[in-house]
Amino acid sequence: MSFRVQTASTANNLTRPLNRRMSIVDSERWLGPFLIGPAILYIVLLIGIPFFMALYYSVSNTTTGGGTLGFVGLRNFSNIIDTPKFQTALKNTFIFALFSQVVILLLSNALALALQKDFRGKGLLRFLMLLPWVAPISIGTIAWLWIFDSTYSVLNWTLRMLGLIQGQGFMWLGLPHLAMGSIIAVHVWRQLPLATVILLAGHSSIPKDIHDAAAVDGAGFWRHFFQVTLPLILPISLVALLFGLIFTFTDMVIIYNLTRGGPYDTTQVLASLAFYTGIAGGDLAEGAAIALFLFPLLLAVAYGFLRIAHRTEIT
Amino acid sequence: MATVETRGVKKHYGAVVAVNGVDLLTRDGEFLVLLGPSGCGKTTLLRMIAGFETPTAGELLIGGERVNDLPPRARKIAMVFQSYALYPHMTVFKNIAFPLKAQRMDKASIPKKVEWAASLFGIGHLMERKPRELSGGERQRVALARALVREPAVFLLDEPLSNLDAQLRASARDELQQFQRRIGTTTIYVTHDQVEAMGLGDRIVVMKAGTVRQIGTPQEIYHEPADAFVARFVGSPPMNLLQHQNYLLGFRPEHFLPRGTQNGKGKVSTFSFRVTRVEYLGADRLLYGLLNGAFADQKVIARLPSTVTVNIQPETNYDFTVEDKELKFFDASTELRISARPL
Repeated sequence: MSFRVQTASTANNLTRPLNRRMSIVDSERWLGPFLIGPAILYIVLLIGIPFFMALYYSVSNTTTGGGTLGFVGLRNFSNIIDTPKFQTALKNTFIFALFSQVVILLLSNALALALQKDFRGKGLLRFLMLLPWVAPISIGTIAWLWIFDSTYSVLNWTLRMLGLIQGQGFMWLGLPHLAMGSIIAVHVWRQLPLATVILLAGHSSIPKDIHDAAAVDGAGFWRHFFQVTLPLILPISLVALLFGLIFTFTDMVIIYNLTRGGPYDTTQVLASLAFYTGIAGGDLAEGAAIALFLFPLLLAVAYGFLRIAHRTEIT
Repeated sequence: MATVETRGVKKHYGAVVAVNGVDLLTRDGEFLVLLGPSGCGKTTLLRMIAGFETPTAGELLIGGERVNDLPPRARKIAMVFQSYALYPHMTVFKNIAFPLKAQRMDKASIPKKVEWAASLFGIGHLMERKPRELSGGERQRVALARALVREPAVFLLDEPLSNLDAQLRASARDELQQFQRRIGTTTIYVTHDQVEAMGLGDRIVVMKAGTVRQIGTPQEIYHEPADAFVARFVGSPPMNLLQHQNYLLGFRPEHFLPRGTQNGKGKVSTFSFRVTRVEYLGADRLLYGLLNGAFADQKVIARLPSTVTVNIQPETNYDFTVEDKELKFFDASTELRISARPL
């Protein structure tokens, strides 16, 4: 009753009593830290601490068996550098990353250009195109495992039906070069959607007037693409390439599922070799050294790309 | 040089009719302005002439040749966009040189040609700048130079002045017209700004809802509007339109003057006018108010030049007159112009 009397007396400016207590949302001093806190916690716990542990492991003599954590300097690095296994993996890492990124850049550009046009079923195609990216990669690679199977390979069957080969067909995952090629193919299949989506965003950020101006100025397809479109999507393409490169340099899921690094460790990359050495083989210190080997290079690549992207940025 | 002709041109987007049967024929070297409120189809019509949109029906002719199936680059046109659409990654020089390179002009003559175009617009000193380092007015000149450089048969301009501030717009308008007169290229200019249209056009095409309401010189459009829409759309303040019986009576605010101040010697009609508000604009006075008598309570505006010094006070009745030759009549239902009626 007293409440009613009170509201009646202040009816002009209040319909319900004010909550006079400040909540955290009102305080600039606390809201920022409150919102960013979980992210920082996540990064520190799951990325920061493991990263610094790996840094120390790589200069220690620790194993998964535990116990020792003695400092051994750069001995792990000098040990691995001379092994053929490591050298193959290093070479494979670059082949894997560079080949797949070149193919991805070419295909995603073509796809993005095609998806810019208006046609029937464009929405469905965009959705289908995204599937390899959203499907769990393990399930995807298991399907690919069947496609590359030595006995039941649907690829071999198709080639046989087309009359291109006779007999058994290729051992897709059994021969070093074919196995590496297969790995690259699956990686391209998987990364293409993301690269295409990034490039599509780049394409749609170009005002339509610019394309119209190029058309009316007399530019044909190639001049239009190389002198107008490409320079304008270059900054965002570089970011896509940077993501792609770093992701490829550090990924091992496809290799783990498809070849387990085989045959005879010929398809190992640094990421998978680090896993097999450090986790499966138990030599945590050497595994950490392998994993961290490319870290300075990746850091430099990332820095370089971001600098270029920033310089070519068009506003 | 060339003429542009549209024959029964239509454009449908699904159920939406953007342009509904437009017939136009420019004269050689003419400055033709497409004027209308937003959404009237003027830009769509221009984009069809440029070749960015395909007409749903009808024919487009440039220089007497059917161009419906030609891509923009084969139509010998140049266009200036509202946003200017300069290539942001290229310098001014490269922007202007782009159409020449696309034409495969030999490399040695490109710089000379670019300098010629740049000098026409006084932007020779900006050649090494990127578009983002230019002011709005400079960008507009670069866009014009780029359009001009390959000497097109037809110029298409889509509201090229709308991104400039008022002062710059007035001088750019003047320059644009002088320049068009000098080169004498047929020009089609789209705008929603009637002042721009009146000031620039040899003829004006007034459009509404995808159709042409009137084509005529600025004088014709202003003094002899073909229908009530044109009468309302052109002129600021617009023509006074009074509902009476089955017709609309129209007269311009500047022809509605206090009794005895008319310059002409012709017959006049007298209205009793109750002024409610006086707006002093320097060169003019605008009087807002309501009529009495046969047109009771209909709103009208009078525009008195500063040379008419009669003292006018709000909330007072005055006798105002309009020369009979300035009275326009429109059918109340079709809004089309009809012959004069006795009041």
